[in-house]
Amino acid sequence: MTAGDSASGAPFGSTAREAATDGPDIERTVRPRVRRGLGGWLLIAVPYLWLLTFFLAPFFIVFKISLSEVAVAIPPYLPTFDLAAGWDAFVSGITALSIDNYLWLTEDSLYWKSYVSSIVIAATSTLIALIVGYPMAYGMARAPKAWRPTLLMLVILPFWTSFLIRVYAWIGILKTEGLLNQFLLWLGLIDTPLTILNTNVAVYIGIVYSYLPFLVLPLYATLEKLDESLLEAASDLGSPPWRSFWTITVPLSLPGVIAGCFLVFIPAVGEFVIPDLLGGSDTLMIGKTLWTEFFNNRDWPVSSAVAVLLLLILVVPIVLFQNQQQRATEKGR
Amino acid sequence: MRNGPSWFNVTSVALGLAFLYLPIILLVIYSFNDSRLVTVWGGFSTRWYGELLNNQQLLDAAWVTLRVAFLSASIATLLGTLAALVLVRSGRFLGRTLFSGMVYAPLVMPEVILGLSLLLLFVAVDQARGFWTVIIAHTTFAMCYVAVVVQSRLTGFDVSLEEAAQDLGCPPLRTFFSVTLPIILPGVVAGWMLAFTLSLDDLVVASFTTGPGATTLPMKIYSQVRLGVTPEINAISTILVGLVAVVVIAVSLMTKRQEVRRQQDIRLAEAQQA
Repeated sequence: MTAGDSASGAPFGSTAREAATDGPDIERTVRPRVRRGLGGWLLIAVPYLWLLTFFLAPFFIVFKISLSEVAVAIPPYLPTFDLAAGWDAFVSGITALSIDNYLWLTEDSLYWKSYVSSIVIAATSTLIALIVGYPMAYGMARAPKAWRPTLLMLVILPFWTSFLIRVYAWIGILKTEGLLNQFLLWLGLIDTPLTILNTNVAVYIGIVYSYLPFLVLPLYATLEKLDESLLEAASDLGSPPWRSFWTITVPLSLPGVIAGCFLVFIPAVGEFVIPDLLGGSDTLMIGKTLWTEFFNNRDWPVSSAVAVLLLLILVVPIVLFQNQQQRATEKGR
Repeated sequence: MRNGPSWFNVTSVALGLAFLYLPIILLVIYSFNDSRLVTVWGGFSTRWYGELLNNQQLLDAAWVTLRVAFLSASIATLLGTLAALVLVRSGRFLGRTLFSGMVYAPLVMPEVILGLSLLLLFVAVDQARGFWTVIIAHTTFAMCYVAVVVQSRLTGFDVSLEEAAQDLGCPPLRTFFSVTLPIILPGVVAGWMLAFTLSLDDLVVASFTTGPGATTLPMKIYSQVRLGVTPEINAISTILVGLVAVVVIAVSLMTKRQEVRRQQDIRLAEAQQA
């Protein structure tokens, strides 16, 4: 509603609403409440333009540079487009673009190995997180009602503390002379310290640890809403608890499981800090490869091509996740 | 559920929480360790906190980080709240799908891609990198988190309150500030805090988009961590963890008290009506 509406004075709700439906807005059949004045358009324009400029436009630039050639120059790629140079320069710039970088990515085994290994590491970690997180979320949902907000708070709190610091904390625990090995030696479970830091195991631990709240929270939300009378009915009909669990609880909690797994898997694929600090030199993950390519080799075009391919890999899970979220939001409305 | 939590439920929650908290607790304990060897206990001491005060580089980085976090969180809260209003209230418009896509995508986008793409944008428009480019970068991803938090608050919102205000002749802007904003305020505050901690925490995006003179604390910590665990890093980590914990707990208690008072008001109003 615009300022004009209220200035002209619509004394009763019904009048105001009728005035709104009389507007020329074609969309009114869908959501009659909305009629936009200048303010309404500004409201949309400001965040929209910000995201277009700083989120969407950069992707096109990444794509363009992924087709460029590395050069010893500032910026370190060719061709650069200079609008002042005129049309001919633009055309010759276009023809200079090539897919060489992508061909290079298929030739050098480092890159496709990084992609495959990122997906394997992310999937393994997601599975471990689910095994750890499901009993936890389930236990929280069964806790007395008065405790639940506190438990929820306790799960969220680590998420607020620095990610870098939480990953760093594991270095002191996992290293050869670290606290875990000291503890295990003291218990007498092992004779020689285990090598955990700088292996893939440390990366799994790091990812599960960092992203566990992402999995527990949506899972807890679905488990808490579970209709208890279904379980009671099943038990009255003679179903043993484990069977009720598999035939009622698990299927009904599936939306939470799916959302949680996406929330762990997607960021884990592109993770940089965890494989860099906890993983070894043979831990290949695409985020780390991109970082090295960019900062150490200063090859901007190849790192752009790596980024484009990483995005293509993630598009499928991201779109699936967004559809699921959209459906959940529509339902909640 | 009927028969309450079993021992299995209790153990799994307890073990899960121990897993989440033990590393942080150990980190805090060892920041008070007198020994330079971080995994050997050499007695209680606060000397590493004292040494932090003499580390000018670290203090500078901390100051840059706090300013970046404060500014980017504030801009992100403004933009994110607008974005949430658009998502919930603006109905259909041309490019709505694109808009909601752009709001949700940064939540799951790998940081390396966000950082690289923004850096290449700044290079393409020949913008010198530094303090403000980091703020723009942090604002961009943080506003999406704010939008999601505020959106969840807006969806449970009774629109008739706004309609009532407008029917009584309240102009839209004033309706927003005197009716809408107070109700969604807990969401807005939570969004600001989330944006603040995300910015405080960010290593990857800042590394890509920063320039000379604008080294942030996570970048400083990262470059030292690569050389090994040091007691100073434990000390500064403890300060950061403590700071965040105190603020988060305080705010959640505050919003809880507000919520209780609001419920009381509602009950009171209903009682008066009857």
